[in-house]
Amino acid sequence: MSAILRLTRMAWQHRWLLLLTYLCLGLSTIMAMAVPRLLGAAIDVALGSGNRASLLFLAGSILGVSVLRGAFSYGQSYLGEAVSQLVAYNLRNAIYDRLQQLSFAYHDRQQTGNLMSKATADVEAVRWFVSVGLIRSVQGLLLVGMVGALLVTMDWRLGMVSLAFVPLIAGRAIQVSRRLRPTWMRVQEETGHMTTVLQENLAGIRVVKAFGAEEHEKRRFGDRAWVVAGHTLEAMLLQASNSAVMALIFTAALGVILWLGGREVILGSLTPGELAQFILYMGILTQPVRMTGWLVNVFSRAASAGQRIFEVLDALSPVRERPRAQVLPHVKGEVHFEGVSFSYDSAGPALRQVNLHVKPGERVALLGRPGSGKSTLVQLIPRFYDVTSGHITIDGVDIRDVTLESLRRNVGIVQQDVFLFTATIRENIAYGNPQASTEEVVRAARVAQLHDFVTSLPDGYETWVGERGITLSGGQRQRLAIARTLLLDPPILVLDDSTSSVDPETEQEIQRALAEVMKGRTTFVIAHRLSTVQGADQVLVLDGGEIVERGSHQELFTKGGLYRQIYDLQLRTHAVSPARSGAEGDA
Amino acid sequence: MHVHHGGHPGPGMGRLGASIDEDVLGRVYDHRVVMRLLGYMWPHRRLLLVSLVGMLLYTGASVALPWVIKWGIDDFIATKDLAGLNRAALVFGGVMLANYVFMYIHQMALAKASQQVLYELRTGMFNHLQRLSISFFDRNEVGRVMSRVQNDVQQLQEFLSIMILGLGDLLSLVGIIVAMLLMNPSLALITLTVIPILFAVVALWQRNARRSFMRVRHAIAVVNAGLQENISGVRVVQSLNRQEVNLQRFERANAEHLNANLDAGRLSSTLLPTVELLTALALGFVVVFGGYMVLDGALAVGALVAFAMYIQRFFDPIRNLTMQYTELQRAMASGARVFELMDVQPEVRDRPGARPLSPISGDVRYEGVGFQYVPGVPVLRDIDLHVQPGQTVALVGPTGAGKTTMVNLLARFYDVTSGQITIDGHDIRDVTRDSLARQMSVVLQEPFLFSGTVIENIRYCHTEATEEAVVRAARAVRAHDFIERLERGYQTPLLERGRNLSVGQRQLISFARAILADPRILILDEATANIDTHTELLIQEALRELLRGRTAVVIAHRLSTIRNADLIVVLDEGRIVEAGTHAQLLARGGLYSHLSSALAAAAPGTG
Repeated sequence: MSAILRLTRMAWQHRWLLLLTYLCLGLSTIMAMAVPRLLGAAIDVALGSGNRASLLFLAGSILGVSVLRGAFSYGQSYLGEAVSQLVAYNLRNAIYDRLQQLSFAYHDRQQTGNLMSKATADVEAVRWFVSVGLIRSVQGLLLVGMVGALLVTMDWRLGMVSLAFVPLIAGRAIQVSRRLRPTWMRVQEETGHMTTVLQENLAGIRVVKAFGAEEHEKRRFGDRAWVVAGHTLEAMLLQASNSAVMALIFTAALGVILWLGGREVILGSLTPGELAQFILYMGILTQPVRMTGWLVNVFSRAASAGQRIFEVLDALSPVRERPRAQVLPHVKGEVHFEGVSFSYDSAGPALRQVNLHVKPGERVALLGRPGSGKSTLVQLIPRFYDVTSGHITIDGVDIRDVTLESLRRNVGIVQQDVFLFTATIRENIAYGNPQASTEEVVRAARVAQLHDFVTSLPDGYETWVGERGITLSGGQRQRLAIARTLLLDPPILVLDDSTSSVDPETEQEIQRALAEVMKGRTTFVIAHRLSTVQGADQVLVLDGGEIVERGSHQELFTKGGLYRQIYDLQLRTHAVSPARSGAEGDA
Repeated sequence: MHVHHGGHPGPGMGRLGASIDEDVLGRVYDHRVVMRLLGYMWPHRRLLLVSLVGMLLYTGASVALPWVIKWGIDDFIATKDLAGLNRAALVFGGVMLANYVFMYIHQMALAKASQQVLYELRTGMFNHLQRLSISFFDRNEVGRVMSRVQNDVQQLQEFLSIMILGLGDLLSLVGIIVAMLLMNPSLALITLTVIPILFAVVALWQRNARRSFMRVRHAIAVVNAGLQENISGVRVVQSLNRQEVNLQRFERANAEHLNANLDAGRLSSTLLPTVELLTALALGFVVVFGGYMVLDGALAVGALVAFAMYIQRFFDPIRNLTMQYTELQRAMASGARVFELMDVQPEVRDRPGARPLSPISGDVRYEGVGFQYVPGVPVLRDIDLHVQPGQTVALVGPTGAGKTTMVNLLARFYDVTSGQITIDGHDIRDVTRDSLARQMSVVLQEPFLFSGTVIENIRYCHTEATEEAVVRAARAVRAHDFIERLERGYQTPLLERGRNLSVGQRQLISFARAILADPRILILDEATANIDTHTELLIQEALRELLRGRTAVVIAHRLSTIRNADLIVVLDEGRIVEAGTHAQLLARGGLYSHLSSALAAAAPGTG
């Protein structure tokens, strides 16, 4: 419920619009109420005085009232839409910004699809809540209240009868939607299972085809789809029986009015026109009453959607700036790790007591098995994660004492998994500095050995890449990532030289690019290649989150420890097989 | 996962559009889509007929209710006939019950039929996907295909119910007109004069609605794309400090979406008041002309009430139209997308008269094989190769040399462009794909595991395999020990893509899966991922076991694998440039020996 309250508060930020909406809504409801009244009067005139002029007057009044009503209901509808869209607009902006501020630890645990559905489907549910839950439900309540009051004053007995069905229908609507909720939840859950089968089938289609497992897969999917269909049908049948029952209750009320009211007319305590009014008012009530069940759904959906959205908005980034954090100026590049430990979660430390001293301009190569902590170590430098204990300093300043923006301006990182944005090559290179001049972009591309390739494209730097553009090879992506980091000219550079998906020629190009790039910068390289290791000032071998060996390539090689083992198995074997399919696709 | 998209985007064939073109997007009625959908509904015609009859009857009953009220008022209340009124009330009750029963029957039958249709559409689409060739999946991202099977089919469900609802609306419209005409033709005709106005208004509105709907759709697509990219690329965004610029840009896109919606809101808000105004106009006619008729004794007052009731309900269908308009457009576009996918033809198909391949010994021949993904760009040229039963062939060569393509052709992921590949003398295009696949296993470079338990993954489609057989397979490829050490052994559930296993362990499980299938021919793309020392040794042992006694074509990355091969084939630029054993090739001093010596130089002091 607190989610609903918060959402209401968000809508309340647009209170003037909201109040104006309510004003229009109130006026248009009053106008709507007048029509049956005028009709009833017309019937009594037609039966009684026989005054044709007053019939004309009444018809004119109906039209006049309806014009006003139309104007107000236009205002209500438009303003209501505006309020709900504004709330959705603000929410989307807030979610977007929150997500890009949250640190890696948060994103590690989230799935893109799930976050997307919060920003789309859940925001949409909130929008419905505002336009239906906050606005139309008020109209419904107003209508029921006003019609009720009117009918009771006109004839209290008949009034009570016609109102009796309201709580009946509302109660039932609530009860049914309670029963529906778990059924729909099951539908969602089963749809999730079905989606998994589908997704795995598509992602693993080569396995499927290789094993000739099409029939097996068809069965798997068919079974899941059948379960989904079954649960959906259950929910739909429940809804079907419910809407039929609601219609029944409602019509029954109408029947009772006809019967009781008819008796009163016969006995003379009610005019035919009044009876007609009763019947017509019931007609007005159909809509809000039909809405009840839907409304309950909108509320419960909004409650859960709101909760899911607030999970994002309220998430605290584990990596935060201290109050009064300083701006880190352009650094020389001296990096100190002092007693640094880190763990991602309770599962155990990923790094233990790491001590490290890197002088400005030095090159550090990190080696180790997967999971040994080498990626973790470098990701701590730009504060993608915060150390659990110990501290890291750059030029003697604890990195937690400076602003994130200034820290990251000093630390460039080229990640293994290169993400390109749907934009031109130029925009991708200038991603970190959209104001960069063409010369700067070209210079970065040249150093990264990308320029020649780019100019060979018909559209050059204006070529689109990403989902709607051309597909770059692994090596090209890597060099683009290097270029965009270089453009920012960071004094400290972190690289993952895993270029396993490129051929020897490209590999040499990247090597050349890297050598160029590392000049005059403090560099951390997660090394997969002999040449990288050989050129390093310090080689660190990690195992189980600890630095187990350090020294130069020659020292470690002769020592014959873990480094030697890795050398034999990884550096050497990989050198033997320069060939690995990149452009052809796996399989 | 790390998916390499084929670097060979085909010439558009089989590539699904990013979105259906705008013209289709705005349409509310697309004849082809509706006809195709009707094709899916036809098998359920009996249920649908029940639903239709139910609808007809309940519409009739609900149109009859005002008539009963009129009857009660004019025949009994006006004549002060209490007993008659009781009878009228009873009749009312009867009609009301009929309304309830038929409404329920209609909705129940509709729900059943629509779930059936949906189920068939879904599985039909899935089954169709199973028939499509690998080239289709090269060209279309998983996400895009998924969205068709999920969202678009879901939209079609909306479409089904809207279509039926619309039919109901139409029926009740007709029913009301008929009832009014029967009750009092002249008053009915006067009242119905508003209908042409109504149609004109709706037509005008619809034309504008379509444009503004398209603008909204476009705007939301931009907003969502921005969101998606920001989430997927969040690590880059943060490391390059792009948050501020991104937020500005997003706000701009979001504001455009807001404006598009406000624009649409301005438009959609006009329709209801207009309809209400027309209702009032019709009511005014009834008051004036009906009132005069009552005064003249030509009309009973109950009929006046009934007319008013009919007019109140007359405009409901129009209201529904405005509420469902965008849904309908969306559903049409979805339908077009669904059937577009259904119409993609598989490129690799069984020939008519293809025969199942009888058990083979595993003699593989490439005879003058050429292949091109894109016409004019040959990837393989004049490949001649003979692999005897039980032999292991290692394919070596730089990226783009055609190694992957060579094995893809053998697995018949694609069909050769020229020449032929035979197995035991049969052209692989003359046998059924299914029987070929059953005697062949492919182990991918990146092992793909399905969600489910370890044992389910080893069995995969050989669900009939006993537990002993599974354990035997696992033992053979050295996977048994680590599986036993898992928390629940063979019953351990795997997370998405086997995230809870190391790369090497996943590799071993995929070996076990391959060995359980016991193929005569094995295609193996060796992994190059970093694997810890211990697992690496296990994998080398497992490989030997896997290859023993089978014909194997291996894209080799391990020195040990290459050296142990019976035949090393060196590919370059789509041709076989050298072939022979390790020793032969070294002695020959060609590309292979060149590679080897370069590597030896790079690693001084080691063997």
